[in-house]
Amino acid sequence: MAAGETQKTTYTIPVGPIHPALKEPIQLMLEIEGERVVDTDILVGQVHRSIEWLGMNRNNPVQTLYLAERICGICNICHPFCLAIGVEQAASMIVPERAEYIRVIAAEMERIHSHILWAGVAAHEIGFDTVFYLTWRVREEIMDLIEYVFGNRITKAVLQFGGVRRDITAEQLPRIRQSLDYYRSIFEHLRRIFLEDKTVRMRTRNVGVLTTEDALKLLAVGPTGRASGVPKDVRQDQPYSAYADLNVKAITPDLVTGTVVGDVYDRIIVRLLEIKQSVEIIEECIDRMPSGPIMSETKMPRLLRMLTDAAGEGIGRVEAPRGEDIHYVRLEAGSETLATWKVRAPTYVNLLAVPAILKDMQIADVPIAFASIDPCQSCTNRVVVTDRATGRRSVLGYEDLHRLSVEKTREMLR
Amino acid sequence: MDRLAPQAIIDSFAAKLGDGFVEGSIYEREVAVKKNKFRSLWIEVRKAAFRNAVEHVCHLQKYPHLAIISTSDLGEEVELIYHFTLYYGEHLQELSLGLRVKLPKTDLRVPTITDLIPGAIFTEREIQEMMGVEVAGIPDGRRLFIDEDVPEGVYPWRKDETGPDKLLRVLPGRKPRGEDKKG
Repeated sequence: MAAGETQKTTYTIPVGPIHPALKEPIQLMLEIEGERVVDTDILVGQVHRSIEWLGMNRNNPVQTLYLAERICGICNICHPFCLAIGVEQAASMIVPERAEYIRVIAAEMERIHSHILWAGVAAHEIGFDTVFYLTWRVREEIMDLIEYVFGNRITKAVLQFGGVRRDITAEQLPRIRQSLDYYRSIFEHLRRIFLEDKTVRMRTRNVGVLTTEDALKLLAVGPTGRASGVPKDVRQDQPYSAYADLNVKAITPDLVTGTVVGDVYDRIIVRLLEIKQSVEIIEECIDRMPSGPIMSETKMPRLLRMLTDAAGEGIGRVEAPRGEDIHYVRLEAGSETLATWKVRAPTYVNLLAVPAILKDMQIADVPIAFASIDPCQSCTNRVVVTDRATGRRSVLGYEDLHRLSVEKTREMLR
Repeated sequence: MDRLAPQAIIDSFAAKLGDGFVEGSIYEREVAVKKNKFRSLWIEVRKAAFRNAVEHVCHLQKYPHLAIISTSDLGEEVELIYHFTLYYGEHLQELSLGLRVKLPKTDLRVPTITDLIPGAIFTEREIQEMMGVEVAGIPDGRRLFIDEDVPEGVYPWRKDETGPDKLLRVLPGRKPRGEDKKG
């Protein structure tokens, strides 16, 4: 290189596999130029647990149903729900109407707690810990309700092929309504904090933008897609279970602001409104819930026998809190396991949008921009900064990365 | 392009693909109290016509949503199903479309569709490592989930000799797989 000439260099920063902004491990290789992210490569597979293999080789379908519940701790209704729909199609099983409503109530309770949990994480990412504590306190109410109705905070084991295992009784309804009223009463408070606060707005407006076209091309689903103006929601488009009786509308940010930007702020709007929507759906379900049995086959040996003899295929689609969840199931006659089981969780496709979201962001914006898709992988404890020009490596702890983010908030407030 | 009814979609595939079209069926299931219908379409095409079929899906809707590619080991052949969803945005109007193509195990190759649907890259990488299906022309052929130290030629979703059985550890006190069943 001749004297006086400069060479353009970029750095690569690996974020992850362990990071508190995430809930499970994933590694992001950020290609940066100065403070700006140029490109992102995503490395997944750090927590691949061969769950599909276990479902196809080791477990009988009923065991697989409870294994599906453990795919994700947060979405522990939507995965078994999705698998149950697929198997019920493949084996032509009937689901009692009352069970369809109870399933929807369970799924909507899960959406409320998941969205509030995300709101807390997002507040923490921008260094607004007061809001983080507040939202997680607010979340306890729905967790208590879930425990009251289904017997456990997570992994509730409420689903079974051809129905649900627990009924909702008349005595439980006042307690459910009390929680729903609580969320209705605090909604305005949450809305003011997240949508009108100057700090939140400064750190989230025009950060992590995903355009409508990119969202469609990169197959973004759930709140990530809807915040970019794609009105795609399985509960509306191809309703399953009791959603077919309800008129659910996909929520896009233009309902509030009139425009679609596709940034982190828009994702907050969508999730916030969906909390309200979920409260309404639960109330509607409670009012309309028909009476009757909750399971079409109560005897376990007979159920297993039926699933062993059944042949066919089915596809289960469920709108999980993070987006569309899809399970493909194929049953072979005489096979004690599922012949084929393919799980597609929403983060699988939302990750494809991450390079587009992080492009041209500052490093300090990476935690909030990445967290805004609500990635269901897991948590960045340390970041290794490699200087490509000198080969020097320095290790940034999560605290340092988080500090950068907090400092940015403070600076903007000045 | 206008939205087509399920039967019209199958007819349009048959007309477009000619000999390459094998069969198409509509699955309907009534759900909940109002008995609204959950509908899905299943279309099978020959391998040679597969690329045309995906182009036809892109013609039905500008940006079709590809949910996932599922694979099944059927013994002599491997079945791939490309799960698309069409016509989002309105209550009860969306359709699931399963585009099925069967590949003989002697020639496990399928053309990439990432030029038509950029978001297909993850699932194409996944079928390469999990099922051993070669995706011709894939822009990024690295492994996705499986670690680099897993040997080449082991495909976890296969049910033949290339399956992962030889990598399984038999824990002390347990019998190898297949010998642990009673009788």
